[in-house]
Amino acid sequence: MEKRVTFNERWLPYLLVAPQIVITVVFFFWPSGEAIWQSVVTEDAFGGNTKFVWFDNFSHLLGDPNYFASVRVTLVFSALVASLGLAVSLLLAVMADRVIRGAQVYKTILVWPYAVAPAVAGVLWGFLFNPSVGVVAWLLAKISIDFNYVMNGNQALLLVVFAAVWSQVSYNFLFFLAGLQSIPKSLIEAAAIDGAGPGRRFWDIVFPLLSPTGFFLLVINIIYAFFGTFGIIGSLTQGGPGQATNILVWKVYNDGFRGQDLGGSSAQSVILMIVVIALTFVQFRFIERRVHY
Amino acid sequence: MVENRPFVTWLSHIVLIVGLVVIAFPVWMTFVASTHDQATMLRSPVPLWPGSHLIDNYKEVLFEGYNAKRGTVPIYVTLTNSMVMALGVAIGKIAISIIAAFAIVYFRFPLRMTFFWAIFVTLMLPVEVRIVPTYGVVANLGMLDSYSGLVIPLIASATATFLFRQFFLSVPDELTEAARVDGASPMRFFWDILLPMSRTSIAALFVIQFIYGWNQYLWPLLVTTKQDFYTVVMTVSRQANVVDAVPSWNLLMAMAMLAMLPPVLVVVFMQRQFVRGLVETEK
Repeated sequence: MEKRVTFNERWLPYLLVAPQIVITVVFFFWPSGEAIWQSVVTEDAFGGNTKFVWFDNFSHLLGDPNYFASVRVTLVFSALVASLGLAVSLLLAVMADRVIRGAQVYKTILVWPYAVAPAVAGVLWGFLFNPSVGVVAWLLAKISIDFNYVMNGNQALLLVVFAAVWSQVSYNFLFFLAGLQSIPKSLIEAAAIDGAGPGRRFWDIVFPLLSPTGFFLLVINIIYAFFGTFGIIGSLTQGGPGQATNILVWKVYNDGFRGQDLGGSSAQSVILMIVVIALTFVQFRFIERRVHY
Repeated sequence: MVENRPFVTWLSHIVLIVGLVVIAFPVWMTFVASTHDQATMLRSPVPLWPGSHLIDNYKEVLFEGYNAKRGTVPIYVTLTNSMVMALGVAIGKIAISIIAAFAIVYFRFPLRMTFFWAIFVTLMLPVEVRIVPTYGVVANLGMLDSYSGLVIPLIASATATFLFRQFFLSVPDELTEAARVDGASPMRFFWDILLPMSRTSIAALFVIQFIYGWNQYLWPLLVTTKQDFYTVVMTVSRQANVVDAVPSWNLLMAMAMLAMLPPVLVVVFMQRQFVRGLVETEK
């Protein structure tokens, strides 16, 4: 889409885009280029002697069982966060769409966890499940479940998933609710007159019509699980115990800053960039086509 | 609602109430923990109802910090830093995006589409993906431990530019024509017509970007080494990872409450702009 009426100025438009372009080049293109460059060279510990090594960093990475452990953890984690997050928020949105009394109160309370930083959400959930003082850990001990996320890898992963879902529910909820409210009431009424009950109406009418929102949220939730959950991992488990919660984005940080393995970390960055670009592309395709049944 | 089914309505309320309780419970426990003394919070099971140390705890973290003896900064310092960062990111992003969108929509000039795509691709790569090299650039520019290092690298983002571009495209051409006939310069048109019309978009974007800036975790973790520049979110997370012989859960949770309060207030009081901003920035 283009404007029919425009202004004629020679230098002004350049001046206007300059701040955005300068910042984009300095803090976006330069580092991204640097990442790509770093991923194909090796450097010794003092930053001297840079050597071009083609794809050695990548083949090294792909031969590293730790990297595949991290890929596996990331996939399990994202699948759990996306499916649980979408299911819970869809349930809440459908219920909130039904009720008339108190709808605004429900909405207000369901919406604000979005404002809580993931890093802080991690601290809150860590407190609830803390092995020595956590209330939930204490309750679980009462029914003889020994919950200790500091020692047990699966429990750590589960806890990180809970915290991540908690952080993301409000976002999903708002989009599902908006999607539900845009479905014409006449369709639902027609089905009701034909004798379809609430369950039947949901599965045959509401659910299909909600699919564009659902696909959009699925991609957003996967991107969120991949990258947005960094703060939760940082506050709760720092990738541990062992490698149990060492998702890819945490590994990039950990290898680059703590392990000082610049080549390996940059190669991981480049792989993640490709993943994000692919996901963004999928997202645009879906939004364009507006999936319907 | 289509027909009256009291049972289903009751069920809806029950599901929602259970949802609310689960959502609110972690925050309730945090609040409760921040109102007791240290000893109480070390005995399991911890209380479920607030105690009497609310003012003491908050006064201590605000003006002395989590552990003054170990030299942790008072939280009012980190709150100030977070406020500077959040406002800087929100205002900076809006300012540079709105003029860039103005240029791209209202002018025809060589390289226009190149600029457009250059901005567009930044949509794709979150800062988490290019942590190490971006840190390198900021370090080279000597921006570590400064407000400019905290703010400027985060204000380059395509979402705001796109939002304004969409909005400008929907502004009727007649307004531009009228302005031109009256001999208004482009900047005059921008200030007197476009900017006032963009008010609601700006408000919506401000809410989203304020929260985004306030809740940053990784970036402040990287670019700050001096406590004077720590933000509150990273301070809470850092402190939660320190293994103390005798942890002060009461103080840690008071800090967490303070870290949540400003963005939550913004969302609750500007709910309409918040929802609008959320939906529009994702289009």
